[in-house]
Amino acid sequence: MFSVRIHGRGGQGAVTAAELLSVAAFAEGRHAQAFPTFGSERTGAPVVAFCRIDERPIRLHEPITHPDALIVQDPTLVHQVDLFAGIGSGGYLVVNTSSTLDALGLGDLALRLDPRRVVTVAATEIAREHVGRPVPNVPLLGAFAALTGQVSLAAVCDAVRERFPAELGEGNVRAAEVAHEQVLEQLRTYADA
Amino acid sequence: MRSQVEGSQAVARAVTLCRPQVIAAYPISPQTHIVESLSDRVRTGELAGCEYLMVESEFGALSACIGASGAGARAYTATSSQGLLFMAEALFNASGLGLPIVMTLANRAIGAPINIWNDHSDSMAMRDSGWIQLFAESNQEAVDLHVQAFRLAESLSVPVMVCMDGFVLTHAFEEVDLPTQEQVDAFLPPLVPQQLLDPDDPVTIGAMVGPEAFTEVKYLMHVKQMAALDELPVIAAEFRAAFGRSSGGLVKPYRTDDAETVVVALGSVLGTIEDVVDTMRDEGHCVGALGITCFRPWPAAEVREALAHATRVVVVERAFAVGAGGIVGQNVRDATRGLPLEAYDVVAGLGGRPVTRASLRRLLDDVLAERLDPTALHFLDLDHALVQRELERSRHGHRPGPHAENMLRALGTVASGAYE
Repeated sequence: MFSVRIHGRGGQGAVTAAELLSVAAFAEGRHAQAFPTFGSERTGAPVVAFCRIDERPIRLHEPITHPDALIVQDPTLVHQVDLFAGIGSGGYLVVNTSSTLDALGLGDLALRLDPRRVVTVAATEIAREHVGRPVPNVPLLGAFAALTGQVSLAAVCDAVRERFPAELGEGNVRAAEVAHEQVLEQLRTYADA
Repeated sequence: MRSQVEGSQAVARAVTLCRPQVIAAYPISPQTHIVESLSDRVRTGELAGCEYLMVESEFGALSACIGASGAGARAYTATSSQGLLFMAEALFNASGLGLPIVMTLANRAIGAPINIWNDHSDSMAMRDSGWIQLFAESNQEAVDLHVQAFRLAESLSVPVMVCMDGFVLTHAFEEVDLPTQEQVDAFLPPLVPQQLLDPDDPVTIGAMVGPEAFTEVKYLMHVKQMAALDELPVIAAEFRAAFGRSSGGLVKPYRTDDAETVVVALGSVLGTIEDVVDTMRDEGHCVGALGITCFRPWPAAEVREALAHATRVVVVERAFAVGAGGIVGQNVRDATRGLPLEAYDVVAGLGGRPVTRASLRRLLDDVLAERLDPTALHFLDLDHALVQRELERSRHGHRPGPHAENMLRALGTVASGAYE
């Protein structure tokens, strides 16, 4: 079982991201389950969404308290939410930022993790460029796919095309591809270091 | 075809395949996605020959279904929580008149305090309304139960409520095997109404009945609902033969054969409980689980049989009777009268609080170690300190104020913390 927790704000597509991830994993022959934690559904309010991926059918219905991977769509959430709750030292972390984790004050937290499993990607900027809207969820999935290998980029792109029509879908696919490549590049840097 | 879809979409598709002729509904979370999707399917023609009525209230929704059903149409509605309460009067009419309406109930807590999240307070509040109540463990079962519900409703001319946990199931993307139209058509023949408002052959549906026959009409209602205890297993067996998977029926025993301790529950928590049972079995504990698929009518004989060899029964339920105790628990005691077992009533998962493996494990460890008082009502994961603080406050202030707000203040809560 591989568990993913996605933290975002209302409007950033955290719930959609978890759903797309489950669809991508399912398409690759695995079992998956995505579900949200609904709070007050306001634009900008903290949102948490979850996705489980397994080789066996999933019958469990409880929130994910010990994720294998975290996707953080907005790092300023750290002031409101215990973003890193339950993540183990082997966990993966994808953070949406054009800055560095140190500059965000997350350097110490990220130190708890294996540095080769931590990546940042400027997903909002990528989305603005390729989708025309600052919605970072899909590029972050591209980044997640590159970092964890739990799903392929192709499966993510298929799920995106299935969900979003025509140009919206294609723009998001390009955004996912760009973020995916950027993370592969970061991982190559880690490997060289 | 197997697909990865949201529970609400899967149910909307299943209902579409059942070819309802009238859908009357009013949106309320967490049921909204279901009726939104159905209205779309009517608009696009995917669901042909169906009139979709966006009514002014839940009372209107069920009333319209009653009229449609009386006129011989296959009628469907969906609601949640306060919406079901707003239907209360019409619920009793639909069942009293013996109209085969099918409803999805996306289970949600009842306020006050206002709360949009899942528990079973809504269905339990209406458990004696004369509707058959089926509870889905997964989105697959929710889909399958809807197909079976129409068959059951129309074979007995009784209304059926399919209960599925709000958000936990309705908003979850899970793998679902959706049947084909041909499969459903073969399983569910067109409705042949057992009573019909027809100008050429006039009858009164809803005659006033005085003391001379009221008891007899009600008695028949009871007999007809009890007949579902025979009918449901037959329908479930036919379903299995036609669709190749087990769904529905009355109860669902899981590793109960030699179990000394059995957890009884309804709905989506069963999967979590089964995971806990497997873990404890691996450690050598003789535990099992009993899922109640059909809560109304109450399958007393099947529950008794499934629990006959248990020494401890732990009823975990997402609702309770304020001032009395467990609701499912009372029914279980009734079914197991005279058996040498201890029954524990545990209220869990109210208002969207997750029922986790960790909490269930702690509970079962307490039960096995005989640390739990079988005569008391227990609340899983109750924050005793929070309650004590509020009681203390109330003792000292001349106007202590509303408990709900006081307790939120004491917690310094924000909605974002809800996943913890």
